[in-house]
Amino acid sequence: MGRYVARRLLQMIPVFLGTTLLIFLMVYALPGDPVRGLFGDKGGSPQVIAQLRHQYGLDQPIWMQYWHYMKNMILHADFGTQIASGRPVTDVLGDAFPVTLRLAALAFIIEMVFGIALGIVAGLRAGRLTDNAILLFTLLLISVPVFVLGYILKVIFAFDLNWLPPNVNDSTNVNELLMPAIVLATASLAYVTRLTRTSIAENLRADYIRTAIAKGLPRRRVVGVHLMRNSLIPVVTYLGTDIGALMGGAVVTEGLFNIQGIGGTIAQSIVRREGTTLVGLVTILVLVYLLANLLVDLLYAVLDPRIRYA
Amino acid sequence: MRGAKSAKWVAIAAVVALGATACGGGGDSKGDSKAAVDPNGIFSVESGEPQNPLQPANTMESYGSLVVKSLFSQLVSYDSAGKIVMVNAQSVDSKDNKTFTVKLKAGWKFHDGTPVTATSYVKAWNWAANPANKQTNSFWFSDIQGYDQVAPAKGKPKATEMSGLKVVDDNTFTITLSKPMPYFVYKLGYEVFSPLPESFYKDPKAAGEKPIGNGPYKFVSWQHKKQIQVAKYADYKGPDAAKNGGVIFKNYASPETAYEDLKSGNVDVLTQIAPKDLPVYKQDLGSRAIDQSFSAIQTIAVAYYTKQWKNIDPKVIQGLSMAIDRNTITKTVLNNTREPATGWVAKGVLGYKPNVAGDVTTYNPTKAKQLIKEGGGVPGNKISIQFNADGGHKDWVDAVCNSITNATGVKCVGDSKADFQADLNARDAHQVKSLYRSGWVLDYPFIANFIRDLYGTKSDGNQGGFSNKKIDDEIAAADSAGTLEESEQKYQEIEAQLKDSMPSIPLWYYKVNAGYSEKVSGVKFNQAGDPILESVQVTKK
Amino acid sequence: MPDVTKTVPEAAAEDAAVAAAGGTLPEPKPEKTRSLWGDAWQDLRRSWIFIVSAGLILLLLTITFFPGWFTGADPTHGDLAKHFLQKPKMGKFFDPDWLGYDQQGRSVYARVIYGARASIAVGFGTTMAVTLVGGLVGMIAGYFGGLVDSILSRLTDVFFGIPFLLGTMVVLNSFQDRTTWVVIGALSFFGWTQIARVMRGAVITTKQADYVHAAQALGASTPRILFRHILPNTLAPVIVVATISLGVYISAEATLSYLGLGLNGVSWGNDISDGGNQIRVAQWIMLYPSIMLIITVLAFIMLGEAVRNALDPKMR
Repeated sequence: MGRYVARRLLQMIPVFLGTTLLIFLMVYALPGDPVRGLFGDKGGSPQVIAQLRHQYGLDQPIWMQYWHYMKNMILHADFGTQIASGRPVTDVLGDAFPVTLRLAALAFIIEMVFGIALGIVAGLRAGRLTDNAILLFTLLLISVPVFVLGYILKVIFAFDLNWLPPNVNDSTNVNELLMPAIVLATASLAYVTRLTRTSIAENLRADYIRTAIAKGLPRRRVVGVHLMRNSLIPVVTYLGTDIGALMGGAVVTEGLFNIQGIGGTIAQSIVRREGTTLVGLVTILVLVYLLANLLVDLLYAVLDPRIRYA
Repeated sequence: MRGAKSAKWVAIAAVVALGATACGGGGDSKGDSKAAVDPNGIFSVESGEPQNPLQPANTMESYGSLVVKSLFSQLVSYDSAGKIVMVNAQSVDSKDNKTFTVKLKAGWKFHDGTPVTATSYVKAWNWAANPANKQTNSFWFSDIQGYDQVAPAKGKPKATEMSGLKVVDDNTFTITLSKPMPYFVYKLGYEVFSPLPESFYKDPKAAGEKPIGNGPYKFVSWQHKKQIQVAKYADYKGPDAAKNGGVIFKNYASPETAYEDLKSGNVDVLTQIAPKDLPVYKQDLGSRAIDQSFSAIQTIAVAYYTKQWKNIDPKVIQGLSMAIDRNTITKTVLNNTREPATGWVAKGVLGYKPNVAGDVTTYNPTKAKQLIKEGGGVPGNKISIQFNADGGHKDWVDAVCNSITNATGVKCVGDSKADFQADLNARDAHQVKSLYRSGWVLDYPFIANFIRDLYGTKSDGNQGGFSNKKIDDEIAAADSAGTLEESEQKYQEIEAQLKDSMPSIPLWYYKVNAGYSEKVSGVKFNQAGDPILESVQVTKK
Repeated sequence: MPDVTKTVPEAAAEDAAVAAAGGTLPEPKPEKTRSLWGDAWQDLRRSWIFIVSAGLILLLLTITFFPGWFTGADPTHGDLAKHFLQKPKMGKFFDPDWLGYDQQGRSVYARVIYGARASIAVGFGTTMAVTLVGGLVGMIAGYFGGLVDSILSRLTDVFFGIPFLLGTMVVLNSFQDRTTWVVIGALSFFGWTQIARVMRGAVITTKQADYVHAAQALGASTPRILFRHILPNTLAPVIVVATISLGVYISAEATLSYLGLGLNGVSWGNDISDGGNQIRVAQWIMLYPSIMLIITVLAFIMLGEAVRNALDPKMR
């Protein structure tokens, strides 16, 4: 087990370096310059522009910039400075991260609870009307673009029924976060449902279930313990990889509901050509994603006794 | 430029909302509410995260400058007619328009209790002009004598202080310009020319996070990406003292969400209405809707460096201008948020005259076709208008293009750049293919700002490569005029000639479309399109 | 929009991996007539999901290639004076007036018809590019294993780790003109990893099969083994993922348009985005392209679902 984890951690290093380099190069290729952009239509004093460019190392070749950036990040946990505000990127991150984390956590709970519940219902009634209805419903959820769905929910629940607040003013208020979390969760929810349903339907016909039933175990126990434990393995894998997606994927949702999280900050950094902020944020997301993947693989071993890591 | 304010991306693309916004006058507005007013009531304004630290010479976009303006007062300000009003200055006098003597009102104090003196101004300006301090608005000091020593175009700085600034006594200092400028006093109303307290220099960075100013409000707190709060400064001595207890600048990701919050009572003053709500906001808000013009203009600029326009007969550009149905477009696509332009200078600016462009800005398809033909036609018979997709410009660009194509048969397409940065980059690098959208919000309410700073051969705002020797000479003459009136008149003469050379096609003037909640009254906007916070009154609960 | 995009191929991959495990192994074939593909076809013909989705897709393809059959109006011609925000006239089927006019005075019906081309082009173009690149990378990694596999797998991880929509946004921002090809390229730049992973998994399973060892022993060339023996047996999961992601890429293009980064030209995404500004006075501008978009995405996702069910024997 220890060796396996060590090997996985080692594998992360090239991925980590590669991702940061890729994003660095992509930002470098964007037209425009963050310092020039500060001055807008009017153009600024060339002396100040030169000074600023020098301060942020933008007058150096890209390879040197990358080298300095990585050196500071790894040795001093220094993610650089946001050019416009002069604030350290870690501060900017500290503002946005908890907000996104709360949103993602809520979305995650929704997708897990409802996704698995619907999946179990459909799986136990595979091939019947309920199953088909749930199938159609989930396919529809996947097909509606987030921005359309968000708008529909807003009109119905906030403006017409007045049940939920339309926007998020306080990101610690679960009531306000509920609607965006639902929007963020829908597509994944549909996948969790599909996955659970397939898995349940499949395992229902497995020998061990037949044995359990033949032994005369009560149905509730068969379904609740034996079936669940084996059916949820692929679902857990999916949920694990989805954490990263939920966190990085909220650009549209965050914009729709006025949430000041990672997605919005990243989009803003793209527009302003804030390379350092962008690389810092994406790096964090990549780390979350890599660690979530590792955790999922380890969870496998816990859930499925057939898997052992040497 | 301010035009971006109607963009759905406005928060994300706050850069776009760049408007070197000038200081607002201390407009004395009468409360229009019958309910009792709470002089200590606090209200909230829709805003966004300032891009830069809150240092007066370092905020260029509108979110930051709105806050800075509430915290700092300058020597002068101006009223809605473009007339100068003294604020911190007792008087600003000059005999030759080159050396100005500033006398301060005595007894003014910064929010930390230290006095505002002549040194507070001179030292602050010298600090901001120094390139080592990296203030984005430092070029504003370039009119002052000795700026080229402090910030030389090439090589190391030879001085750290501008020779044109001299402290006479505690309440008096003189400003000497490198050459006479009759309208220099107008520039002094811009927040770049704010004083700074002594404590600022110890840690300018920290001061940008917790600014101490001399304005009608004092700083309370800044929760990044959430809100900034300021409170009434009780000892304020200026004419524009706050009639409310304080302001909360609330961060919104988009104007749509802010509008929804206005309706549900979570925010009190909006500075803009989302495009989606523009068609109905007057119905929604009734008398609480604001529809007021401010000093900004939208034009289509010509990239004169391209092969297409290099040696073009101005008649062709005149023809294109006459092919644009400004009336219909402003009424339909733009929801009456703009007013058709009849010249190159925006309303509310000293020197503005209506109908300067004559029939060049009147829709006339027949004459348009004829002029284009007389001028030898549009090379390639195809034009494109470059714009930034994140600025909410797409609708009107499409409409203008349709209008031109329908009227003259010239093919016209919008050339959309992903964001303002990309748009700016193409303009800076002279890569615009044909025409580009251009907008200008006033920096100071004098006609020169709309002529000299846009169409002079070497002006910063002239990115299309327009160059006309005659106009350059006349600008120089207008700048060296003996009095403000004379200078104004000369500039008006220049504007009247612009239709013969067509440096750009004027489209429309901007309007402020905003609104406020039932909790507040007396909400007014200044020429720069910003709300006048001091005069807002909060109703007693 | 990884809200949708990122998660979809992921889920598809999981499912496909399940399908791959059992579905694609060359099983002993006692009856020659009952091949995997033959079985699948028999299954598909009886599936209501397949019939509905195939019908819709046929109709969409017809609209894409022959828009002139459906409307004579020019989708780019606008007349503000006459048609600004004119309401739909529901009785006038297939007339330019049918679905009303937009904020530029253009026929919404004509735009809905001509907008199909952009969505279908982006959907098919991206799916093809992604399948080619991802398939090749996955096949090489899976077949050769060892160092090659390590390098290619890490490379896949690098592209997979960057959030899909954000990555695409950065790429699109660096182009001056966003033509169909540019949008396809940007979506493919981050999209290929999905197929690569599925392909790699399928190839690793397949290459253990006896007939592959036999071919190797007989001295067949590597390309021949890859394309002749391995490829046909790994296609099933790839086809499933590709079909589903086709719908997802169409949806992604619309989301990019919503963010102001879509195609230049007539497209549903642009119209939904622009129509959003008129939502309070003229809902139809946004409504009809939205309906078309949802139907299109749904059709492809349903097709993928049907194909997967048919190809996965465990689902029967």
